[in-house]
Amino acid sequence: MVLTGAEIVIRCLQEEKVEFVFGYPGGSVLYIYDAMFKQDQFKHILVRHEQAAVHAADAYSRSSQRVGVAMVTSGPGVTNAVTGIATAYMDSIPLVVITGQVPTAYIGQDAFQECDTVGITRPCVKHNFLVKDVKDLAITIKKAFFLAKSGRPGPVLVDIPKDISNHKYEFEYPKSVSMRSYNPVIKGHTGQIKKALQLLLDAKRPMVYTGGGVILSDAAGKLTKLVKALGFPITNTLMGLGGYPATDKQFVGMLGLHGTYEANMAMQNCDVLLAIGARFDDRVIGNTAHFNEVQRKIIHIDIDPSSISKRVKVDVPIVGNVADVLDDLQKQLDAAEAKSDAKALAAWWTQIEAWRARNCLKYKPNSKVIMPQLVIEKLYQVTGGDAIITSDVGQHQMWAAQYYKFDKPRRWINSGGLGTMGFGLPAAMGAHFANPKATVACVTGEASIQMCIQELSTCKQYRLPIKIINLNNRYLGMVRQWQEMFHGNRYAESYVDALPDFVKLAEAYGHVGMHITKPQDVESAMQQAFTTHKNELVFMDFITDQTANVFPMIAAGKGLSEMILAEDL
Amino acid sequence: MRHIISILLENEAGALSRVSGLFSARAYNIESLTVAPTEDSSLSRMTIVSVGSDDVIEQITKQLNKLIEVVKVVDLSEAAHVERELMLVKVRATGKEREEMKRIADIFRGRIIDVTESTYVIELTGNNSKLDAFLETIGKALILETVRTGVCGIGRGDRILKV
Ligand SMILES: Cc1ncc(C[n+]2csc(CCOP(=O)(O)OP(=O)(O)O)c2C)c(N)n1
Repeated sequence: MVLTGAEIVIRCLQEEKVEFVFGYPGGSVLYIYDAMFKQDQFKHILVRHEQAAVHAADAYSRSSQRVGVAMVTSGPGVTNAVTGIATAYMDSIPLVVITGQVPTAYIGQDAFQECDTVGITRPCVKHNFLVKDVKDLAITIKKAFFLAKSGRPGPVLVDIPKDISNHKYEFEYPKSVSMRSYNPVIKGHTGQIKKALQLLLDAKRPMVYTGGGVILSDAAGKLTKLVKALGFPITNTLMGLGGYPATDKQFVGMLGLHGTYEANMAMQNCDVLLAIGARFDDRVIGNTAHFNEVQRKIIHIDIDPSSISKRVKVDVPIVGNVADVLDDLQKQLDAAEAKSDAKALAAWWTQIEAWRARNCLKYKPNSKVIMPQLVIEKLYQVTGGDAIITSDVGQHQMWAAQYYKFDKPRRWINSGGLGTMGFGLPAAMGAHFANPKATVACVTGEASIQMCIQELSTCKQYRLPIKIINLNNRYLGMVRQWQEMFHGNRYAESYVDALPDFVKLAEAYGHVGMHITKPQDVESAMQQAFTTHKNELVFMDFITDQTANVFPMIAAGKGLSEMILAEDL
Repeated sequence: MRHIISILLENEAGALSRVSGLFSARAYNIESLTVAPTEDSSLSRMTIVSVGSDDVIEQITKQLNKLIEVVKVVDLSEAAHVERELMLVKVRATGKEREEMKRIADIFRGRIIDVTESTYVIELTGNNSKLDAFLETIGKALILETVRTGVCGIGRGDRILKV
């Protein structure tokens, strides 16, 4: 059938079984929007800022395993979307971003709303395309979806000049694609897996450390089975939370900059480390030289060879898809005659329990002022630990990660790599569209929430019953914490002045607002929000302690075992 | 250490900027970069000379392999290979220096490919150090202009980079 380029785009999205396109129209995508208008197979969600379109598509993917789709216009539409694209790129989230471009004849002439989209986004996409001929359109979109979700996932951008969306061509959606230059390794090397198993079984002080790769590969179930069979301690990165049930006793908490004492100590002192879908980044390992002071063998499973031995030298690299490699490792373990060293393991656990007994997450209760940690604890109780929690960036993010115990994957949605303030609210929207029956809460701060506050309007339009948990400390809390600890208490520009009345603001957008100032009201307010106002968006403005800091903490340049604990102060 | 990295990549618009962008984004060093289509016009072959520790070079090859348009990457310097670079030098050639220039060019197996009353253009191929030695021999004072292609290289014998 001969279709216009715009119609081809729509048909491709339908063929990919896209449910939602998050977007914002403009001149260069008008043909595409016009073609979209004439169909009802997928729904377009109109955001209020292109950054939010990409974050929403991103969280739709994070919370569902499907590819998220965003659509924006050329020029400012694209530049607004860049923060969202970079956010998804850093966390390896599969997205297809469709952008309009000025007509081909105008490219390079500084046309109205022209920007070099492919150039601007090149460093923050897995791949991008400029479609110069309508003949290439369908295959390019097919490739975009294929690239986005295969191998190490990531955002892929397709830039479509306006004239291309109006040219006609015979439409046929390719059944498959193959690219000679792109063949991600899926199965791990059997010999390497065998070596890994041997190391694991010989270990005296083993440790399992897993990241976002486990979530992306949908391998939480396999991981849990394997780790339970081995009886080893396990920690998750900020991106990996939910990869292993947080309430299980083998889980020693999140590791890293604000990880638990027991997780960081076990990580530092283990003799065999099994790293899975994680990348030893600076916020996790801290100072690599300090990390390397302890001799240990490292096994690293990752689909991306360039993640292996990038920051920390690895002894047994296993390139492959986490789920496939775990399958093979489990099979070899089941077949193995050797067993792990029970005596050594018992001694190791005694040591870990001693570290755990420090109870590093305890904080001073306060009967007058709301402690931010308390809010998260209550949120956990009231939602039965079963909500999808999105977050912004700052102290509140760390408290959410520390105090909300995620037992399942795809429930904790945050910008771990780029650390993008403004992510939380649009992410909650995307998570809701992917999981309309789930309870979705956005944990945020009074500064972060203002970076995409306009999305309250989108939430009204689509009646999204998101619960916003605003930990309002009147400070750029995380910035203030660093200034307190490392910059002589000089709070340069970190006081958040002239705050709006969030209750009135929520009401102005047609939502419910709550202002909570007393610790004893936290739980009842939440009950009310999550039950009485179940089907409404509730903006809960918690006025919290201004001086609270996140602990444990590893100061910049320090090693994993050099944590500052709350009790030290 | 100096490494010569050979890359086969799709001959597509933008592929070059992906490679050069990778080097600048990750702060890898490029001494020279050359690229041209191969006998199969759908592929280009690129040669990059870079300096870095083994760890850095390993990351460079991994990161290059990750680029979607890159088909194959080899570090030529890992085994026997030959490398060549082409240089054109315009020199002052007047008076007694005119004879001398010709003599030096001959010694280095260069060819004079353009002649005016006062200048020669000399064409020279070889490895880096040969070209450097030639320039040094002539001396700055007489060099009017130089242009070098950057290194290209190929593995010896059975080492073949092809799809
Ligand atoms: C877009 C963006 N700009 C700046 C920062 C740097 N930054 C990190 S945390 C933070 C403060 C966040 O304040 P708030 O949202 O109130 O959260 P709190 O730390 O107080 O919980 C800032 C400014 C960032 N992460 N993202």
